[in-house]
Amino acid sequence: MRDASIAADIQTLAAGDLQPPRSRSRFWTRLRSERKVLIGLVLLGAFAILAIIGPWISPYGPDDNDFGLLMEPSWRHPMGTDSYGRDLFSRVLIGTRVSFSVGLLAALLALAIGGLAGMIAGFYGGKIDSVIMRFVELLWSFPVIVLAVGMVAFFGAGFRNVVVAIAVAYIDDFARIIRAEVLSLREQDFSLAARAIGARDRRILSRHLLPNMVAPIIVQFTFAVGLGILTESTLTYLGLGVNPSTPTWGLALNEGRDFIRQAWWISVFPGLAIVTTVLALNLFGDGLRDALDVRSVSESR
Amino acid sequence: MARYLIRRLIHSAFLIWGVATLVFFAIRLVPGDPVVQMLGPEYTPEAADAMRQKLGLDESIGSQYVKWMGDLLRGDMGSSIATNETVVDAIRTGLPKTLSLSLVAFIIGVGIALPTGILAALKRNTWIDYLASLIAFIGVSMPGFWLGILLIIVFSVNLGWFPALGYAELRDDGFRAWIERLILPGIAIGTAYAAILMRFVRAGLLETMSSDYIRTARAKGVAEPGVIARHAMRNALIPVVTVMGIQLALLLSGTVAVEMVFSIRGIGRILIGAIFDRDYPMVQGIVLLIAVIFVLANLAVDILYTAIDPRIRYA
Repeated sequence: MRDASIAADIQTLAAGDLQPPRSRSRFWTRLRSERKVLIGLVLLGAFAILAIIGPWISPYGPDDNDFGLLMEPSWRHPMGTDSYGRDLFSRVLIGTRVSFSVGLLAALLALAIGGLAGMIAGFYGGKIDSVIMRFVELLWSFPVIVLAVGMVAFFGAGFRNVVVAIAVAYIDDFARIIRAEVLSLREQDFSLAARAIGARDRRILSRHLLPNMVAPIIVQFTFAVGLGILTESTLTYLGLGVNPSTPTWGLALNEGRDFIRQAWWISVFPGLAIVTTVLALNLFGDGLRDALDVRSVSESR
Repeated sequence: MARYLIRRLIHSAFLIWGVATLVFFAIRLVPGDPVVQMLGPEYTPEAADAMRQKLGLDESIGSQYVKWMGDLLRGDMGSSIATNETVVDAIRTGLPKTLSLSLVAFIIGVGIALPTGILAALKRNTWIDYLASLIAFIGVSMPGFWLGILLIIVFSVNLGWFPALGYAELRDDGFRAWIERLILPGIAIGTAYAAILMRFVRAGLLETMSSDYIRTARAKGVAEPGVIARHAMRNALIPVVTVMGIQLALLLSGTVAVEMVFSIRGIGRILIGAIFDRDYPMVQGIVLLIAVIFVLANLAVDILYTAIDPRIRYA
């Protein structure tokens, strides 16, 4: 009992000494100097606020349909009305929530599964590594949209299935990146030292390797949320998305399809919302990558 | 070299086998009974039995699997349950359209990426560079199908420069009709591709431009355009070729939604139609086809890679 706690103390001490120095102040200066991070953060903050308070500030309910059909943008309806006579601005505002939840949940799931697989593969190597990486490669063989569309085809649409389909499509990116990180970190002095004093695998992974992988994980996560939002909007546009009764940006674009000639606004504004959101995420992720000096991370597939 | 090629070929063959296996099992993971799903309102126990027999679902998993692989090797992917057309025939009509579209998108993508990437590298840290990088950021942040919709609104509906929808056969309708209908969807797909490539062209050129042999070339009096074209670009393009290959998936992915926007009956549109018809054999066939194309394309890029970089001689 006592021995164990002493051992743990030594471990923390040793690890504290041997971990690469964290140049926190330098990081913040570099982060501030990255305009991309700043712009991305401001935009994301604005969208986050809109996603939270959207229902309260929206001028009309998303399903109120007692306005004229296909009305042009005006002061009363800044983005016009759709073919059911609903206020497009209110629907785009509500759509923020759905897009962000799908993107965030899918990225979290992909990170959890891909991250675990990548850590195990990189840390243990050998047979486990080859088996895991074969599966990762198999997933990689399907272009994202094709994999997501295929999964929805066999398992059905709906919020949960769409999140899972998108997550599965991005598992391989996380697995590859995190495996590469573990491979390079596990041979460094601080993790060798932790092993030398007898730390168990789980402790080395969670206390020594994981903290050093935070930067590339955050960067990839940011990109994944953006890609998830893009994929969700594509699925929904194709009619394979969340739910035909949930107002989403992709759904609005789908409904605007037949009115391109008469009502351009239905096709333009929801798309602008998508582009701005994903642009904010990409700027933020890219700036962060520069500031944190992360090696190249896959961007898109 | 030969040994490397053989190893890559075997590896790709295994990958394709894995992909085919995954697709085989996909239909068996359909919640409930896939036959019930496929028949929908026309379900009767007799019809279900007939369908099961037709798809071979009444046999044991093992013999189904052997049959699936055997049929695939003979180029038989079964037939559509909606139209009775064979999957191979559907692919034969759809694939040329999708490949034409991908080719045009590829040419547009590379055609945009190379000059802008070079320009951005040469005018590094000027407003031209920043503008190019901003446009590239927007390019990767935009859903391709939405760009397609915008292009239709501007260039077909308002300006009337291009026909908005459909596809023309190169052989029957002539080059002009063919290319006219592929330019807008080609831009829609090629833009994201160009945005990614352009950043690699810029980075690659910047890296080679600062190397010693470029200084040597300049010192011995080679004119700047010659330095860039003959010395810098050749090395700068090596990583670009890899990215071109990896991002081919982006082109193939892009065609699915963009074919829907432009009403081109390529394999993407056939795939989406088959999903709505619950036409599982067709879905299986097309998903498998796209994955195989992707694996083979990457194999081709790998081989090309060894050809353009004499330093790479895999043992």
